[in-house]
Amino acid sequence: MLSYITKRLFLMVPLLFGITLITFTVIHLAPGSPVEVQTEMSLKASAQARENLKKLYGLDKPLHIQYFDWLRRFVRLDFGRSFVDGRKVIDKIIERIPITLTINILSLILIFSVALPIGIISATRQYSLFDKLSTVFVFIGFSTPAFWLALLLMILFGINMGLLPISGIQSIDVSEMGPFERLWDWIKHLILPVGVSAFGGVAGLSRYSRSSMLEVIRQDYIRTAMAKGLTEPEVVFKHAFRNALMPIVTILGLSVPGLIGGGVIFETIFAIPGMGQLFYSSTMARDYPTIMGILVIGAVLTLFGNLIADISYAFVDPRVRVSKK
Amino acid sequence: MRLLSVVGKRFSRNRLSVIGAVTVLLLLIISILAPFIAPYDPTATDVRHTLSPPSKTHPLGTDELGRDLLSRIIYGSRVSLKVGFVAVGIAIMTGVIIGSISGFYGGVIDAVLMRFVDMMLAFPTFFLILAVISILEQNIFTIMVVIGLTNWMDVARLVRAEFLSLKEKDFVSAARAVGVSDVRLIFRHILPNALSPVFVAATFGVAGAILIESGLSFLGLGVQPPEPSWGNILTAGKDNIEVAWWLSLYPGLAILVTVLSYNLVGEGLRDALDPRLWEAERH
Repeated sequence: MLSYITKRLFLMVPLLFGITLITFTVIHLAPGSPVEVQTEMSLKASAQARENLKKLYGLDKPLHIQYFDWLRRFVRLDFGRSFVDGRKVIDKIIERIPITLTINILSLILIFSVALPIGIISATRQYSLFDKLSTVFVFIGFSTPAFWLALLLMILFGINMGLLPISGIQSIDVSEMGPFERLWDWIKHLILPVGVSAFGGVAGLSRYSRSSMLEVIRQDYIRTAMAKGLTEPEVVFKHAFRNALMPIVTILGLSVPGLIGGGVIFETIFAIPGMGQLFYSSTMARDYPTIMGILVIGAVLTLFGNLIADISYAFVDPRVRVSKK
Repeated sequence: MRLLSVVGKRFSRNRLSVIGAVTVLLLLIISILAPFIAPYDPTATDVRHTLSPPSKTHPLGTDELGRDLLSRIIYGSRVSLKVGFVAVGIAIMTGVIIGSISGFYGGVIDAVLMRFVDMMLAFPTFFLILAVISILEQNIFTIMVVIGLTNWMDVARLVRAEFLSLKEKDFVSAARAVGVSDVRLIFRHILPNALSPVFVAATFGVAGAILIESGLSFLGLGVQPPEPSWGNILTAGKDNIEVAWWLSLYPGLAILVTVLSYNLVGEGLRDALDPRLWEAERH
């Protein structure tokens, strides 16, 4: 197992190298040098910022040296300073992580607790009314733009019924509230964003767990379990569900990058000060150091997420463990 | 020809997919005939009737400049379909070329190309698209190209997998024996046999591209007003969310119906083209 992990980590090195190369290329796609573009785009760019930029990109040096200089900084998590406010990019990113992480963990919990039961019931009652309805729901879920759903829910719950706030993560008068009121205020602000960001995931995971479950139910050992007179719940939960869960475990690993990444669109709609919104505002301001910082961190997290998915898969499935020794 | 009729018969057995196909066809007709169907000029403003709710004169209401929403949605379908088809076309071409070369030659070429695919897959797609678009000029062509060039990886993997098994087949050895060139072997002999998963991926791809375009336009990074796209109409919906629900409801409904139709067609195609299911049926 350990040698497998080491091998995988080793294989990641060329991938990481390539990722930084692509990101570096994207920077140089920018028409003109980043310095010119920046000073052109923003009147705020001071001589100091321009110097910082030249220093960051080392624009006077040959291209391959520029790349290695840049790489050396990235390895030390030095993404330079933001064009917009001159603060360190890594600080700007770190302060955004908690809120995005909170929302995404909550929505992940929601996704699993809603989608798994749907998937199991659909599979054990294949072609029943419930299965057909959930299939329809899955297709609608796949096809609904999340930001549109957000707008509709804002209109329904926020404006027509006046039940929920439609933007931000706290009310203006939050400082006058007691601790419980404050918690309730926070929960009310999170209901819509968490619900919207979970919606597509519920559709996807319930479909996935349904097919995984269907696969398992056809196996001989399930028939054996039924034949020896076990009750259906026993067979479904003890024998079938555990085995169906294996491929689902990998989904958890694969959702790691999404935990930090966050949704650009729905964070913008709900005015949530998370990573997605930071990325969007950086895009609009052409704040290249921040854009590139988030992009590389996102890609690296994706690689680690894949690794975690594979390792956890090997962990729950002894067959993989043995063959990969 | 016989194959086509089998596929057609199998496809038509799935009622939802047929409904999807009919809707896709209707949407194509609507977008082609937009100038004849739309009741108003989609960019004509009317300052006396801004933000008026759905009525007899404006079936879906008007926007903040008094433009007719129904006409704007009808014209918006042109943007969605254009982006959907062109972006998917670019993605398919890139994916097919990289996938065929990778699968056909194998070895080092395959390893290098597949690591490149892994790298591209490691980037959060929407973030990558936003980053590139923020650098380039924001118009419909940029969008098509960028969506196309960030969504070819699945196709490449599919085509590669098909090639890996097809290149061992006898008909390939036979063609090779009579001295057919590599290029001809790839494109005339093997590729036509590897296309059915590509068709399925393309159909789902159109749905995905339409969703991405609407998101980009909604953020103001896609199709720029006054040219209507479903995404940028929704931006107006968001800006007027407290007073004009119709600006939010209808364009999104158009996206949902379109994307849903393509997904249903894709699902039907997948089942109809799956040879394993054919076998099962014969018994």
